[in-house]
Amino acid sequence: MNRSLSLFLSVSLLSPTANAVAAGDMPSREEMWQIIQQQQKQIDALMSQQKTSDARIEETVSLVEVTADAVDQKQTAGVSKSHIGGYGELHYNNLEDKTSGTKKNEIDFHRFVLFFGHEFNEKTRFFSELELEHSIAGDGKNGEIELEQAYIEHDLSASLSGKAGLFLLPVGILNETHEPNTFYGVERNQVEKNIIPTTWWAGGLGLTGHFGNGWTWDAAATSGLKTSEEDSYKPRNGRQKVSKAVANNGALTGRLKWTGLPGLELAASLQYLEDITQGEDPLAGAATLAETHAVLERGAFGLRALYAQWNLDGEGPASIGADKQYGWYLEPSWRINQAFGLFARYEQWDNTVVAQADSQYIQTSLGANYWLNEHVVFKLDLQDQDAPEGAKELDGFNLGVGYQF
Amino acid sequence: MYKSIKSRKFLSTGLVVFMLAVLAMPAWPSGIKKIVYMTNHEFLNQSFDDDVPEVKTIWLKGTLKSDVRKTLGHDYPALRIRYWLKGGRSVWILDEIGRDKPITMGFAIESSQLVSVRVLVFRESRGDEIRLPSFTRQFDGSALVNKHQLDRHIDGISGATLSVNAVRILAAVALQLANHVMKLEIDK
Repeated sequence: MNRSLSLFLSVSLLSPTANAVAAGDMPSREEMWQIIQQQQKQIDALMSQQKTSDARIEETVSLVEVTADAVDQKQTAGVSKSHIGGYGELHYNNLEDKTSGTKKNEIDFHRFVLFFGHEFNEKTRFFSELELEHSIAGDGKNGEIELEQAYIEHDLSASLSGKAGLFLLPVGILNETHEPNTFYGVERNQVEKNIIPTTWWAGGLGLTGHFGNGWTWDAAATSGLKTSEEDSYKPRNGRQKVSKAVANNGALTGRLKWTGLPGLELAASLQYLEDITQGEDPLAGAATLAETHAVLERGAFGLRALYAQWNLDGEGPASIGADKQYGWYLEPSWRINQAFGLFARYEQWDNTVVAQADSQYIQTSLGANYWLNEHVVFKLDLQDQDAPEGAKELDGFNLGVGYQF
Repeated sequence: MYKSIKSRKFLSTGLVVFMLAVLAMPAWPSGIKKIVYMTNHEFLNQSFDDDVPEVKTIWLKGTLKSDVRKTLGHDYPALRIRYWLKGGRSVWILDEIGRDKPITMGFAIESSQLVSVRVLVFRESRGDEIRLPSFTRQFDGSALVNKHQLDRHIDGISGATLSVNAVRILAAVALQLANHVMKLEIDK
């Protein structure tokens, strides 16, 4: 190849010489030899430069690949070990108490929540949730600051993890997952609020295991509720929120959940509480909560159904009919498209089922969610309550906006 | 009554001791949370009937980069992506964060349609139900509409919304990439 190139260049360079022949000015053979030798040197030099250039190009390509690898690895490894997140919801309630005729016309930043988590290593992590309710906390203010989660989670094996600290109890649909963009309705449903009672957290130890196709079990030994006769033995009033909580009597909670089919969750929870007054009411005693629910999402159709019931031991709760407290709801929904969904909810609950007087609440709600994107939602619902005689019976509408990140 | 209370206390104390004992058990091998359901090699062999072609690379730049960004909602965390192409079938192995950690997924694509979706590596603490065939089967045959969205609704998994979203979005990205390289092949 070098010879061909050399010959070609030589002939090309000799072309003017050929013209000179015609002019009678032809170089001698020695001069031509010298010219050829000089051209050969130049060709060798050029070939050498080309080889160097090729080597440099190859080296540059290799360096670009190595750099790209390094950048990609850094970007992949750059996933932070600490994570922040949060959610919030602003509510407007326009309700009228049909019993007294008083109106509730309020706008309230109901919840402002920040999550903070940190991964110590691949097996051990920390998670927390700090919440400001009703915008302002302090003496005489409406709101409060609450630590709703703060626990260490440790993976004991690929299918078993344990946690220690303050965590949400594995009961119900909303107790563990209650970001506003994940459910219909401005306010959380009344059954989970008044019976379970959501949001419900406690301090202690928990285990979570997975088995089979989509089975999950949870077990927790935690602090318990502390309600009283003055609070009509209502579980919601017994939440101690792990704030210098009386720990005379603990609680055991278990849950079995199946999510083996896309769009379907079936679960059942049970809590046994040694003494629902923490031993301060000799007329009260142990309590048991049983809860079961189903969540179905098939295409545009959705359905949530939940039943929860407390059984309280002792003459105290029995004397006011609070020895049985229960509630259930059905919530069909229709996701018209990615952005818009409609729902209806029928719920009833009773915190003194065995009382002679009527004490059952019924609420029917209709409403819509509009998701600006998967993280931001606008909500509207109408509610109609049927309350026991003398109790607040709130009818009207609610508006809300919520977000999660 | 007294005896009953004593037995209950014994029961709960026993459970607490048991749980403490479990938590205090010797450390398991590190990295256990990185669950590998299928290796890249296994997915490639499965997708190409054990005759895996040479790996190719595509750089994320220009309109391809902006298209991927629009689908993902952020830049893909790599300058270029490796893929395998043979006989009109391309295979892509991609990562996307579910809640906190990247999930590694494999996608096999032919004629602009997904023919196989598999979760290869799962690193999150919850939501691993996305590995179940009953979930991944929903993607079979799906294609893109308007360059960024799948042509069908994918039923979610309760409590695993973020992991489900990661698969859904990454499936759309894989289809975008496959369509891009097939167009380049045709233009050659």
